[in-house]
Amino acid sequence: MGFEMFLQHCFNALTLGSLYALIAIGYTMVYGILRLINFAHGDILMVGAYFIFFGTFAFGWPWGVAAILSILAAGLLGVLIDRVAYRPLRDAPRISALISAIAMSFFIESVAVVVFTGQPRPVQQPAWLTNAWQFGDLRVTHLAAFVPGITIILVCLLLYIVYRTKPGLAMRAISKDIETTRLLGVKVDNIIALTFGLGSALAAAAGIMWALRYPQVHPYMGVMPGLKAFIAAVFGGIGSIEGAVLGGLVIGFVEIMAVAFMPELSSYRDAFAFLILVLVLLVKPTGLLGEKIEEKI
Amino acid sequence: MLEIKDLYVRYGGIEAVQGVSMSIPHGSIVTLIGANGAGKSSIIRSVAGLNKTISGQIQFRRHVGDEPVSLMGLKPESMVLNGIALSPEGRRILPHLTVRENLALGAYSRSNKKEIEDDMEWVYSLFPRLKERSWQKGGTLSGGEQQMLAVGRALMSRPDLLMLDEPSLGLAPLLVKEIFAIIRKINEDGKTVLLVEQNAYAALSIANFAYILEVGRVVLSGPGRELLENPKVKEAYLGG
Ligand SMILES: Nc1ncnc2c1ncn2[C@@H]1O[C@H](COP(=O)(O)OP(=O)(O)OP(=O)(O)O)[C@@H](O)[C@H]1O
Ligand SMILES: [Mg+2]
Repeated sequence: MGFEMFLQHCFNALTLGSLYALIAIGYTMVYGILRLINFAHGDILMVGAYFIFFGTFAFGWPWGVAAILSILAAGLLGVLIDRVAYRPLRDAPRISALISAIAMSFFIESVAVVVFTGQPRPVQQPAWLTNAWQFGDLRVTHLAAFVPGITIILVCLLLYIVYRTKPGLAMRAISKDIETTRLLGVKVDNIIALTFGLGSALAAAAGIMWALRYPQVHPYMGVMPGLKAFIAAVFGGIGSIEGAVLGGLVIGFVEIMAVAFMPELSSYRDAFAFLILVLVLLVKPTGLLGEKIEEKI
Repeated sequence: MLEIKDLYVRYGGIEAVQGVSMSIPHGSIVTLIGANGAGKSSIIRSVAGLNKTISGQIQFRRHVGDEPVSLMGLKPESMVLNGIALSPEGRRILPHLTVRENLALGAYSRSNKKEIEDDMEWVYSLFPRLKERSWQKGGTLSGGEQQMLAVGRALMSRPDLLMLDEPSLGLAPLLVKEIFAIIRKINEDGKTVLLVEQNAYAALSIANFAYILEVGRVVLSGPGRELLENPKVKEAYLGG
């Protein structure tokens, strides 16, 4: 493989990895606070992608406007999902919330099939994204720079919220000790809602970029990215935002490079992430940056 | 300030607190003493809104002359707004947050940055050791320092009623003395203190009034100094 070709794969891996990272953050934040795997998270990505599809295609809004509205709407949807599916089960055994999450995922997918039909719809890529820079044999589309660029901006924004603001402080406190945090005057349900909102907004951002990259939307488009991003979160150490970003990038690189170097395995493309999951669980169950989480009694 | 009347606390089948009545006047230090499992934490947690299956009355008057408000059924997160703070049993420091962040969290319900900063300085002046360690993670503090942080954090909500659940737990005698001196100072600064303790001697020495709890019932009460001299108390709680 030539060096240009290798660089090309690197750009692809960086794009895919960024998307996994954005999605993984939502899993890790919700898990960190509620010890809940939000199975409906991948479906938010799909909903976000549909929002932008209709915003630009049906209503003819500019991309930027449609993207911001779509991200806001998906954030609100995340808050709503928590309100109806998880909050009523806060004091119930954890398995109840987990089952509710699975049900929520199927519900959103089914509604999407009914409303949007099961037919994949092509997304019209704007020209400013498909244009490319040409360096000798290396061709870098603007999209390949756009996706990691937006990802970096969003991750920095999120880290700012988590580490430099009051609600962020509350979020970090809740993840260790809900009761004490409540005692100190934090309205815990609001902070949890905020967590769902932020995670869902990031997932929608990823969904939009996903729709631009593989230019189509369909009701199950969130399932596989969701699963792999979840694996990324586990790999990075679930509960850790930095871990989720790192895990997303690693999974993206492994997936692209494995296929690039072993094209004969390309039909097993989706299996690599799961292989990594098994290895992580066997070797370091807490993930790369995760700390041991004591079961709460 | 705080009136508890006929309080019952139930956990499933068992009644951990059975008809306890207590009165905490404005400006006083009142202590609640009892052996392990007597129900001390259950009472103090009920006041803080952390126990749901309770009955009886808990009435609170923030300032002398205020109309009493019932605390029954209030959520724990609204207590700080009423002027009540609890430093819980076992300290419950957030180990991954710095000392400063732990203190800031204590002031979560407040918004005046200047006042919060002033109070932080006040807490640092009460516990100079916390100031030296303000950028250190809570989990890396020694037990005694964590206890100071727990008390300081409770103070950061600027409470009028400060409730402390076993602040001397696991501390060396010298540190116990230090903590109790500071509790007295906090009281002199105008805060009413409800102190749950197993260290009966230290608690009775600083308390204006004391209640002694045995298996969920108040068996004896009176001014702290008086109970220190009481033969029954001497035998059961002060080691003869
Ligand atoms: N959440 C709970 N569920 C069931 N039983 C409980 C619960 N909390 C306390 N108890 C029981 O209630 C009784 C009183 O407990 P409590 O914690 O109030 O005692 P305490 O006086 O604070 O004891 P200690 O000095 O050991 O802290 C004990 O028998 C305890 O086992
Ligand atoms: Mg106790």
